Amino acid sequence: MTPNMTSPDATASTANEAAVRRAIASGLRPPPARPVPAALAFAWRGMLKVKHVPEQLLDVTITPVMFVLMFTYLFGGAISGSTADYLDYLLPGILVMSVLFTTVYSGVALNTDMTKGVVDRFRSLPISRLAPLLGSLLGDSVRYVLSGTVIILLGVILGFRPDAGVPGAVAALGLVVVFAFGLSWVFTTIGLVLRSPNAVMNAGFMGIFPLTFLSNVFVEPTTLPGPLEAFVRVNPISHLATASRGLMAGDIQAGQIAVVLAVAAGLTVVFAPITSRLYGKG
Amino acid sequence: MANPADLAIEANGLVKSFGEVRAVDGVDLVVPRGSVYGVLGPNGAGKTTTIRMLATLTRPDAGNARVLGHDLATEAGAVRAKVSLTGQLASVDEDLTGRENLILLGRLLGLKRAAAKGRAAELLEAFGLTDASGRLVKQYSGGMRRRLDIAASIVVTPELMFLDEPTTGLDPRSRNQVWEIVRALVAEGTTILLCTQYLEEADQLADGIAVIDNGKVIAEGTPGQLKASVGSGLLHVRLLQPDQRPQAEQILARALGAVTLEPDPAALTVACSEADRGAAALAELANAGVGIAAFTLGQPSLDEVFLALTGHPAQDAPNGDAEPIDEEQPA
Repeated sequence: MTPNMTSPDATASTANEAAVRRAIASGLRPPPARPVPAALAFAWRGMLKVKHVPEQLLDVTITPVMFVLMFTYLFGGAISGSTADYLDYLLPGILVMSVLFTTVYSGVALNTDMTKGVVDRFRSLPISRLAPLLGSLLGDSVRYVLSGTVIILLGVILGFRPDAGVPGAVAALGLVVVFAFGLSWVFTTIGLVLRSPNAVMNAGFMGIFPLTFLSNVFVEPTTLPGPLEAFVRVNPISHLATASRGLMAGDIQAGQIAVVLAVAAGLTVVFAPITSRLYGKG
Repeated sequence: MANPADLAIEANGLVKSFGEVRAVDGVDLVVPRGSVYGVLGPNGAGKTTTIRMLATLTRPDAGNARVLGHDLATEAGAVRAKVSLTGQLASVDEDLTGRENLILLGRLLGLKRAAAKGRAAELLEAFGLTDASGRLVKQYSGGMRRRLDIAASIVVTPELMFLDEPTTGLDPRSRNQVWEIVRALVAEGTTILLCTQYLEEADQLADGIAVIDNGKVIAEGTPGQLKASVGSGLLHVRLLQPDQRPQAEQILARALGAVTLEPDPAALTVACSEADRGAAALAELANAGVGIAAFTLGQPSLDEVFLALTGHPAQDAPNGDAEPIDEEQPA
């Protein structure tokens, strides 16, 4: 914008004292937003960021897409005898992996936010201290859904046909997103403890990478050495992958689903208050 | 002292340490409602930490304060409902547009969707940001951003506003605009706590000033009192004819004391703490037939005040713990 003195709206780019005074005088003072509407407003903020910076979705989609293609065509034949059979096994697992990887970015985003003044403004508002965090994670959940949908669509393009059809795929995606919501509280806590977004990213992937690989996402645990197999069997990510496979195949495994939901609830109950307290301290 | 109900801020012995450093070391403040109170000091003096404590963002290690009648420690929520933050300290979301920022805050502060949109449009118009309302804030110039920042602070009219270095890094035109906005806020009854390292800014806007250095209040009073406490002002005289300067020097020296001859061959300066005696001296010049082109009788600047109070110039803080400054180039 170059100043142009001849333009009729040259004064429009400056504050107008009379209008400022009118605006101040006409200000309302309603009671501040309650926790749920406040959280929804923050979720809206998260979605606006996706709208303005859609590139950030690429980070979290390209890696899983590469994993699907590499594992299916490089290892699929060797692991399952044919790439088509392996895709049936792998795709629900990759769905889990891609969405859980996205949760690390919730911690990174919060850490980035904390370095900016706008968080001080949020913290000085008369709203629940949980609302900004809950809202961001709700907004992130939309990203989890997008990222998961990309994987499922890619699978369908490659020939993946879940027996339970669209409802099964939607149910599996829903379960994965619920688990991811619980897990992201761990990363928001890490995001408030560590100093830089990079440190959060490294710590996050150092945790989530082995946890994902030491699960049944890629291979059946039966071929593994005993101690490793034992770990894979108790790993909640294995339960999540098994439950997702079940939902997609139309073979609903209530026990597995219950474990997944219990772990998600447990993570939320433990880490949401910790995150909230750290956020309040600043 | 004033009735506690008339006070916006009453702070006693606030202390905050970060590790070894006592950033704030026993600050007392009394700010009447409806005034602009300036907290003046160099970078690292403890201004921002003081504001952060009063705005409930940081818990004091010691001391207590009442803000708008509410105890800071036990009624933080009530304080947050009535104050707002602007400046270096609180900011706007640079990944959203100006309009989205204001709507978001309106929603958080309890406005319904339509009311939040209407309020955003009204403020954007009043602050001259309508044309830029759909652009991301990271593309704004420093002055536009600061105006949006202040607009964001009055989405819901606050009773007390913390302004932390509202003009740092702004060009003079943007700075004057921010000052006009501050005056409008005061005219509508908002109390303002203004932190600044610019002496001129405190002089222009503040009714009362606390000078803070190394975490302590080292002086307070009105701008006039602070200047008076430092001592005399100066009478500058510029003559119509430079060749009359020796005569003028003689007259002024007799009336007021030691005269300084300025590089300008027609100008002289003499210390003068009382306006009456200055006027009498000027009358003597006129009676003696010395033509005067211009004169000014000025109080010492707040820069001189700061130097006299602290023994070091305002821009030269002993600990270089500088507060971050957003350096932005105007578009």
